[in-house]
Amino acid sequence: MIRVVLPPHLRMLAHVRGEVMLDVPGQVTRASVLAALEAQYPMLRGTIRDHVTEQRRPFLRFFACERDLTHEPPDAPLPAAVVAGAEPFVVLGAIAGG
Amino acid sequence: MSGVRVLVGTRKGAFILTADGKRKQWDVSGPHFAGWEIYHVKGSSADPNRLYASQSSGWFGQVIQRSCDGGKTWETPGGGMTKTPDGMPAGESNKFVYDASPDTGKPLTTHQWYDGTQHPWEFKRVWHLEPSLTDPDTVYAGVEDAGLFRTSDGGTTWQELAGLRGHGTGPKWQPGAGGMCLHTILLDPSNPRRMHVAISAAGAFRSDDGGTTWKPINQGLRSQYIPDPTAEVGHCVHRIALHRSRPKVLFMQKHWDVMRSDDAGESWREISGNLPTDFGFVIDVHAHEPDTIYVVPIKSDSEHYPPEGKLRVYRSRTGGNEWEALTKGLPQRDCYVNVLRDAMAVDSLDACGVYFGTTGGQVYLSADAGDSWTPIVRDLPAVLSVEVQTLP
Repeated sequence: MIRVVLPPHLRMLAHVRGEVMLDVPGQVTRASVLAALEAQYPMLRGTIRDHVTEQRRPFLRFFACERDLTHEPPDAPLPAAVVAGAEPFVVLGAIAGG
Repeated sequence: MSGVRVLVGTRKGAFILTADGKRKQWDVSGPHFAGWEIYHVKGSSADPNRLYASQSSGWFGQVIQRSCDGGKTWETPGGGMTKTPDGMPAGESNKFVYDASPDTGKPLTTHQWYDGTQHPWEFKRVWHLEPSLTDPDTVYAGVEDAGLFRTSDGGTTWQELAGLRGHGTGPKWQPGAGGMCLHTILLDPSNPRRMHVAISAAGAFRSDDGGTTWKPINQGLRSQYIPDPTAEVGHCVHRIALHRSRPKVLFMQKHWDVMRSDDAGESWREISGNLPTDFGFVIDVHAHEPDTIYVVPIKSDSEHYPPEGKLRVYRSRTGGNEWEALTKGLPQRDCYVNVLRDAMAVDSLDACGVYFGTTGGQVYLSADAGDSWTPIVRDLPAVLSVEVQTLP
């Protein structure tokens, strides 16, 4: 199972607490993880990536294993520790005041 | 005994204020959707327990929320676990996609950008939700960049009424300081085919065929901040209002000027009269007196607070021109809040209640048509919108 950490606003929207556990078929990439996330929690569609272009929303980033994966290709394999469930895939909102 | 339910959208969530018909004791629930901007919450007049909320965020975009129990519980329409036949998730309640040209697939039209160039429409958020007067599953959404969408399945899917942007003047529309937003939708209770909308900064528009085709209705408006002050479009209309018994009479708070039309917007005349300033955002009509109207004058377009630090609602009982200041119970010194365009509403109890919210987080009520005011709540986040439901 793939572990995903969502920012608090999206946890609220998806009615979940703590990490989300996903069964991701096939190769584990950012794109396949997000697709599995949106399939399990359809209310999140459009909130992390654009409905039409599937581009990441500008104020969100993707971290895992102490690395910033935001600018990696969406179909690049995620680190083995994420695939093994040892480390979470983190969706992070930009820090801002207000 | 009848009661009222006040739906408040704020910068950091939604709040629901309820009271019985005396409007003395209030129950406050919220924040709903804590931390999200709630531009607007509105109930269906066909089913008062059906509420819709526009929830948005600079990080996560637009979400539509729906309640079927008067705001006790909420759901994202189509956001459950059901799937479409092709296996894709069905959660599209937040999907607002502008129409493209059927011939080329390219954007239907462009609008003026701040530098005078043409710019494609880009969806940002829903400013206003207007439920149908007869069907709780049908709702109109006014969005930024300015466009009009409709759902007929309770908010699950949204389709653009593209005749508004596509009628020809779209390339002349331009964003104001707050963005280019469609913020007002008025449905004519006597004619289900007629609706009015208002856009900053484009003006007012009317459809007489259920939203398929549109025309600008800005004759008589005069705006010194555009090259041609009497242009067909380009006016920064802040809000329009009507009384359901007399839907051809429209009242408008423009960027500057309070205006009136007696012919469904075909022509406008100024009714600012003796107001201390005719800049402002809100305007509304008494529930039982179609010539009694309310505005909250704001000092200027560069100083968004009441003149002299005195929060005053102005009431005209003559359909404009002659205004009286209503101050009892409102702060009359050191008050520098704003009252935004969707933040005033009236109930329809026998003694008409008037409500407005401020950027300082107060929601004020007058249970005597404006003669005196009292805060229902004082310390909410900045209030973006106020709507009232009068319950049986």
